[in-house]
Amino acid sequence: MTRLAKTFESLKSQNKKALIPYITAGDPLADGTVAIMHSLVKAGASILELGVPFSDPAAEGPVIQAAHERALANGVTLKKVLADVATFRQQDQDTPIVLMGYLNPIEHMGYAAFAKAAAQAGVDGCIIVDLPYEESRDLCDELRTNAIDLIFLIAPTSSDERIKHMCEAASGFLYYVSFKGVTGAGRLDVSAAKQRVEHLRELSGLPIAVGFGIRDPASAAAVAQFADAVVVGSALIAKLAELSNPTTEQCNQTAMAFITSLSAVI
Amino acid sequence: MTNYNDYPDQLGHFGPYGGSFVAETLMEPLAELRAAYTKYKDDADFKAEFVADLKDYVGRPSPLYFAKRLTENYQGAQIYLKREDLNHTGAHKINNTIGQALLAKRMGKTRIIAETGAGQHGVATATIAARLGMPCVVYMGAEDIKRQAANVYRMKLLGAEVVSVRSGSRTLKDAVNEALRDWVTNVDDTFYILGSVTGPHPYPQMVRDFQTVIGQEAKQQMQTVNGKLPDALVACMGGGSNAMGLFYPFLDDASVKMYGVEAAGEGIETGKHAAALTAGQRGVLHGNRSYILMDDDGQIIEAHSISAGLDYPAVGPEHAWLKDSGRVEYVAVTDQQALASFRELCLMEGIIPALESSHALAYATGLASEMEKEQTVVVNLSGRGDKDIHTIASIDGINL
Repeated sequence: MTRLAKTFESLKSQNKKALIPYITAGDPLADGTVAIMHSLVKAGASILELGVPFSDPAAEGPVIQAAHERALANGVTLKKVLADVATFRQQDQDTPIVLMGYLNPIEHMGYAAFAKAAAQAGVDGCIIVDLPYEESRDLCDELRTNAIDLIFLIAPTSSDERIKHMCEAASGFLYYVSFKGVTGAGRLDVSAAKQRVEHLRELSGLPIAVGFGIRDPASAAAVAQFADAVVVGSALIAKLAELSNPTTEQCNQTAMAFITSLSAVI
Repeated sequence: MTNYNDYPDQLGHFGPYGGSFVAETLMEPLAELRAAYTKYKDDADFKAEFVADLKDYVGRPSPLYFAKRLTENYQGAQIYLKREDLNHTGAHKINNTIGQALLAKRMGKTRIIAETGAGQHGVATATIAARLGMPCVVYMGAEDIKRQAANVYRMKLLGAEVVSVRSGSRTLKDAVNEALRDWVTNVDDTFYILGSVTGPHPYPQMVRDFQTVIGQEAKQQMQTVNGKLPDALVACMGGGSNAMGLFYPFLDDASVKMYGVEAAGEGIETGKHAAALTAGQRGVLHGNRSYILMDDDGQIIEAHSISAGLDYPAVGPEHAWLKDSGRVEYVAVTDQQALASFRELCLMEGIIPALESSHALAYATGLASEMEKEQTVVVNLSGRGDKDIHTIASIDGINL
């Protein structure tokens, strides 16, 4: 059984929900990512979503755009992100890691080479923002060969026909994007998201994560009522971005404090 | 033999290129756009309205002008200029914005957005939005806003809101990102008028189709003046819409050679250029797979060109495919070569060309000089150079 499947099964048996914090690798510090990842786990994160920085993050709002720019300025590459995952795995064999990024760095490395390197590093899943299922078969095959899940984003605009196709190709979990917009926009409509998630359950047996727009304990708790996992990204990145000239220790404390406040309520 | 009319396929692929690489939220809106375009492109009323607008509003057909003195100077093939610079708003861009705006109206959309680099597509979009009475937001890189102040002011006069994009390299590629972010947020009422043969399916096909009026007219005009097909076509390449528009109706005419001219900037060897087909690699950006300028990590590299309209690190997917298939030859011309041709056309023909089109002129004159006198070359003079006079003046040390 994969780490992701194990994690969801174990949480289900305890009647708990997964908290999935997102950070961009190499932000704010080039070499602080692994320490923040361990802090997030200590604070109650069940799964980690690690952003792979890209020069043209067209689906991100201003907060995560800035994180990508800082990470790239720090010299972070896809290889460095995989190296961070491998370092994290030396101390943590259990927490699933999902990479979230854009297709070009992966395509440039080569699908087969990437899938192999990611598996060796200890990556469990990939979310590729600009890879719809129609274009995903080749990468999906390579990832599957290496026991990595390709996780699809499902949007408020996705038709049932598309969702059915995606569910056939998906594994790990489904990620429901709670509104039409970029990451971090404050437009979460909890009741609309709930309705859509309930509808998704009729189409797929996979666990369902909800993300985009979850920014505080109240919104996290509300979403945890009906989703299997709650993703929080921009709100966490914004806390880290508020630190001026931070040390690794300050980053860890800031991340821990915020994620603890969320894990306490879901 | 390749049948060029069979492309793209259902998913927008030109061989390995093209496709739809966007956030999931945009996939249904793209499907709606595709359905609407498929329905209306063969609709008699739609076509009649498009043709009438091109005639009465744009001033088409644009002339095919024999550049006599330029031809004599190079002592080779006869050089003809396809005068897209004489279109309303000063470039070929208006052909496409009219087509997309007519589609937006039929789809019941009430708000228009666009990206722009040099500002020509932004002006053409603001123009058509004003005519339809729709609010219009144009995204433009902060660096480009500095370089193209006159076009920014034109867009404002036409009632558009110009949003300065401060992310990334603050140029055209970042303006596209920001337009995509707007679209994903406002998909219900907003139509994104994309300016080149780039972006996700169906844009590369749709923009090409709206621009093919250039090639169709040129073909007919050459037939009228010369009784035969031209021997060569030359067009500049940013995203590649004016080139695609000129080339497409000739793709099946094997005797016609075609040259797409990219911006070599300060020289390919300096790395400061915008020549994605000449020096780029296969990758995915802004919704499609094509040739792109990128580093070893797959991060997109900023493009460099004296011409803001060519300053884009990728190129339309159909061009990528035409390069691989060998049907079109893609070459590159430096800032200096383009500037020399800019000045030459001013003085020899009394025409101030856009810096973009000056790249095509630079290659075409060299090409003509190696051809026979009875042969003909058609150069797409895609835009006029009024917008560039500040750039030229500052090179001359003059502050206008």
